[in-house]
Amino acid sequence: MKFDLLPLLLTLKLAAVTGTVLFAVSLPLVYWLHFTKSPAATAVRALVNIPFVLPPVVVGFYLLLLLSPAAPVGAFLDHAFRLRLVFTFEGLVVGSVLFNLPFMVNPIIAGLEGLPRSLAEASYTVGKGRMTTFLRVLLPSVRSSMVTGIVMTCAHTIGEFGVVLMIGGKIEGVTKVASIAVYDEVESLNFGAAHAYAAILTGISFALLFVLYYLNKRSPRLW
Amino acid sequence: MKALSLNIKKNLCGSTGPFTLDTAMVIPPGSIAALHGPSGAGKTTLLRIIAGLDAPDNGRVDFDGDIWFDSSLRVNVPPHRRKIGFVFQDYGLFPTMTVEQNITYGMRENRNREWPVFLMETFELAAFRDSRPASLSGGQRQRTALARAIAGKPSLLLLDEPLSAVDGATRASLQDAIKHLGDSFAVTTILVSHDLAEIFRLSDMVFHLGSGRIIEAGSPAAVFRAPRDRLQFTGTVLAVKAEGVVGILTVVIGTEISRIAIPLAEALGYSEGDPVAVSFKAFAPTVTKLAAPALPASGREDPNLQSDWDRCRIS
Repeated sequence: MKFDLLPLLLTLKLAAVTGTVLFAVSLPLVYWLHFTKSPAATAVRALVNIPFVLPPVVVGFYLLLLLSPAAPVGAFLDHAFRLRLVFTFEGLVVGSVLFNLPFMVNPIIAGLEGLPRSLAEASYTVGKGRMTTFLRVLLPSVRSSMVTGIVMTCAHTIGEFGVVLMIGGKIEGVTKVASIAVYDEVESLNFGAAHAYAAILTGISFALLFVLYYLNKRSPRLW
Repeated sequence: MKALSLNIKKNLCGSTGPFTLDTAMVIPPGSIAALHGPSGAGKTTLLRIIAGLDAPDNGRVDFDGDIWFDSSLRVNVPPHRRKIGFVFQDYGLFPTMTVEQNITYGMRENRNREWPVFLMETFELAAFRDSRPASLSGGQRQRTALARAIAGKPSLLLLDEPLSAVDGATRASLQDAIKHLGDSFAVTTILVSHDLAEIFRLSDMVFHLGSGRIIEAGSPAAVFRAPRDRLQFTGTVLAVKAEGVVGILTVVIGTEISRIAIPLAEALGYSEGDPVAVSFKAFAPTVTKLAAPALPASGREDPNLQSDWDRCRIS
């Protein structure tokens, strides 16, 4: 049985990078969604949540079209930044970030909406503006929601298939993550290797979700 | 010393239907004004409008000549620029911060390190400085909220039923603390309260609100003119029972439950849960002093005081 650790390491790397990038990208978006009164917010929320309802391959297909060097966006990135996002690890990250947006944004928004209104208002009345209130009062009060977002993003990235296959293909050591390796091994009738990848993915996913629920259960002690 | 004047209108929806909060008032500098009236009369909304947390439909709010809101000029100064202190009914303490961090966060400038220490000692919070709100009692939370509200040395202090969740000696102690703040710092204070004793004890003037309008305004003694030979209590009917030709109403008044005999026909007009006023003539009522309320700790002089606040001390 031929078993390569590289797809697993690539999966873990993709999960870690996606979680980190998405957390950084989500905070400004969450800030805007939480405070804005713009009618555009409804459309933005719908866009953020599209990955929930669309088949992953559809998202991957459109990303492939958008980021291809033949397309305006892909051509611009290529010329301006020498950044090629199709069939590269960077492309996988972009796809994962977009596809996992609701898994990060929704728990944090839900946490913020569940806070008593008086928390933010008390901060305003002692002379603090929105940004200070957001960073020093609101976000620390939804710490468990942020942990949920990060863990769910990582767990979901580990299980991704359609988006990464469409935008990254299955280049050994570059874009062939563990979920694609399972598919590959099954296609090649190497069920032993497929089992090994699948079991490890299941174990990692279970461990992440177990830690998440354990932390949430004892979240009052996190404060 | 800074006066507040406002003249505002706002359409609200209360429990009995829509009504208009239509209020004009001037609160002299350094005074403590109480807003009193039934639930849903618009007291909290009025306080929120003054704080900038809600906007009126039209009108004007100004403080010491600064326009905070003017619908005709399209001015609406955000709450964080109004230099107010606000104590919320639910305290609004930050759950992830300790008592000391909550109070320090309330400061508008962080240079004076002794000010939060001074406040913690004044409000008897020094022993809990590293505790988080979840582990504090109601009175301790209330004191923390008060200390945080004045940590920024506000020009206007807004208190929304600040003592509704505490009782007994704690309430008396906090009333004294508020009185000291008003007397010592000469900060203009507006207090929402249902408690007549509290209003008499703390306030210089009272506005009695009903359905969004000021029904009466003046000193507490002028607004609450009690009959001299009649005692009156408000309570709630717990049970109605016929006993021969009389009816017995069981009524809870405060924390006391009383049985009151009235004509049967009259008693049958009441049912459980009815709010009632119980009054009787008392020619020689007996008055007994209860446990003396604890006084707040006397304050120390803050060596780095500078402004109006700073020229005073709590004593």
